Amino acid sequence: MPVARLSHLALVTLACAASLVAATFADAAWLRQQRAGGMAQMRDLVEQLQLTDLCLFTEARYTRHLSQADLHSAFQDHPLGLEHFPTGSLVLPPTRLTASHERLDRETEVPD
Amino acid sequence: MNAWIEKQKYLIDFTLSSLARRKAKNLGLLLVYTLIVFLLASVMLFTHALRQAAAEVLVGAPEVILQRMVAGRHDLIPPGYLERIGRIRGVQHKEGRLWGYYYDPVVKANYTFMVPGNQDIAAGTLLVGAGMARARGLAVGNLISFRSYSGKLFSFTIARILPHDSELVSADLVLISEADFRSFFAIAPGYFTDIALSVANPLEVRNVAAKLSQQFPDSRPILREEILRTYESIFNWREGIVLALASLAILAFAIFAWEKASGLSADEKREIGILKAIGWETGDVLKMKFWEGALVSLAAFLIGYLAAYLHVFRFSSSLFAPVLKGWAVLYPRFELSPVIDGFQVATLFFFTVFPYAAATLVPIWRAAIADPDAVMRG
Repeated sequence: MPVARLSHLALVTLACAASLVAATFADAAWLRQQRAGGMAQMRDLVEQLQLTDLCLFTEARYTRHLSQADLHSAFQDHPLGLEHFPTGSLVLPPTRLTASHERLDRETEVPD
Repeated sequence: MNAWIEKQKYLIDFTLSSLARRKAKNLGLLLVYTLIVFLLASVMLFTHALRQAAAEVLVGAPEVILQRMVAGRHDLIPPGYLERIGRIRGVQHKEGRLWGYYYDPVVKANYTFMVPGNQDIAAGTLLVGAGMARARGLAVGNLISFRSYSGKLFSFTIARILPHDSELVSADLVLISEADFRSFFAIAPGYFTDIALSVANPLEVRNVAAKLSQQFPDSRPILREEILRTYESIFNWREGIVLALASLAILAFAIFAWEKASGLSADEKREIGILKAIGWETGDVLKMKFWEGALVSLAAFLIGYLAAYLHVFRFSSSLFAPVLKGWAVLYPRFELSPVIDGFQVATLFFFTVFPYAAATLVPIWRAAIADPDAVMRG
C-alpha cells in the first residue's frame, strides 16, 4: 500500500481550507437572503418610530444615541465628570463634532 | 513541468518533516499566528457588517432632527416652536417626538421610553423591546411597575414584545402612550423632546437646516446625512479599541518578523550547512524555506479567517459581546447580515501572509550563501 506523502496531505488540506474560505462568500450570500426579513423589519421600525440610532450601547446616553450627542455630553454629569464609561473608549464622538470649522478669518475684510 | 512540480513536492515533503522535528515550537507559532489573523479578521468582518447594517437600516431615520440646547444641555422644545417651524419654506412634515431615558434600579438597566408617532397605544399598556423583556423576564400580559421621577408608582401591562429580529434598534425600547409618557415624566402638554422634520426637496435639506439655525439660535439641527456619516465612521481603524487591537497585532507581527529576521537557531543553521554539504544549491535551500513560510502563513490565514467568519456570522460575535457591553445590562442579541468586502480580505491577506513569508527568507539567504563548513561550526 503506498504511503501518503506529506506534501499531498498538506496541499489537499490547504486546498480544502481555501475552498472553505471561498464557500464563505456563498454562505454570506445565502445568509444575507435568510436575514433580509430581519433587516426589512428593522428598517420599517426605524421609519415608523423615527429612530435615529442603533441600540448597541445602553450604558451612557451619548453612546446610546450616538448621532444625537453633542460636545458637552461627556461633561454633563458633573463639572469634573470626565469620561468613565467603557464604551467611551470604543467609539469617538461623531466626526462632525470634532471636525474643524471653516477658516472664515481669512475672508474677513477688516482684520480682527 | 512535471519534473518541476515533482521537485516542489519533494521540497514540501522535506520542509514538513523538518517542521515536524520542532513540532511544539512550530505548532505554537501556527497557533499564535492563527489567533492574530482570527482577531484581525473578526474585527474587520464585524465592523464592516455593522457599518453596512447601520447604513441600510438608518436610511429611514428622520431627515432632520431639531434639538434645543440650554446651557449646553439638551432641553425640551417649548410650545410654539412647531408652529413657527411650519412657516419655514421647504418643510413638508413636522412632528414633535417624545422620548427619554429611564434607569430601572431593579435590574440596573437603562431603557429608552418613547411615544410612537404613528400608532396608538392603549393607556396603561406598553410595547417593549426583546432585550428589555429578557432582562426583566417579561411576557405578554405581565404587569410591570416603574417609580417615576416624581416618586409615584405607575403600573403597566405588557401588550406586545417587539420582534426579536429587530433588537439591534429596539432592544431597550419601551413604547408608551403619549398621555402615560407625559404623566410619568411630568411633561406638560405642548412640550416635546425634539422635533423630526421632513423636507420636500432633498437638495434643500441643508438650506432648511441653515434657516432653522438662524430662526432658532438655541436649537441644533441634526441631518440624516450626519446620522449616516456617524455610523459610517463607527469602529474606524483610527479610533478606540480597534486602534488598540490593530496596534497590538502589528506589534505581534513585528516581533514575529524580528524573531525570524534576526537570525536562525543553531539547529536550523546546522541543517542548512548539512544540506549544502550534501549538494543542495542555495536556490533549493531558499525554495525549501519559502515553502516553510508560505505553508505556515497560508495555513494561519485560512484557518484564522474561517474561524473569524464563523465567529462573527454564525456565533453572533459572541467574543466581542463582553467588550461592547461595557457596564450596560441590556445588550441586543443580533445577527449581522454578512457583507464581506473582498478588497478588505485581500488587504488582510497581503498584510498577514507576505511579511512573514518575506521575513523567513532573509536570514536563510544569508546562511545559504555562506560556506557550509562555517555554517555547521556556527
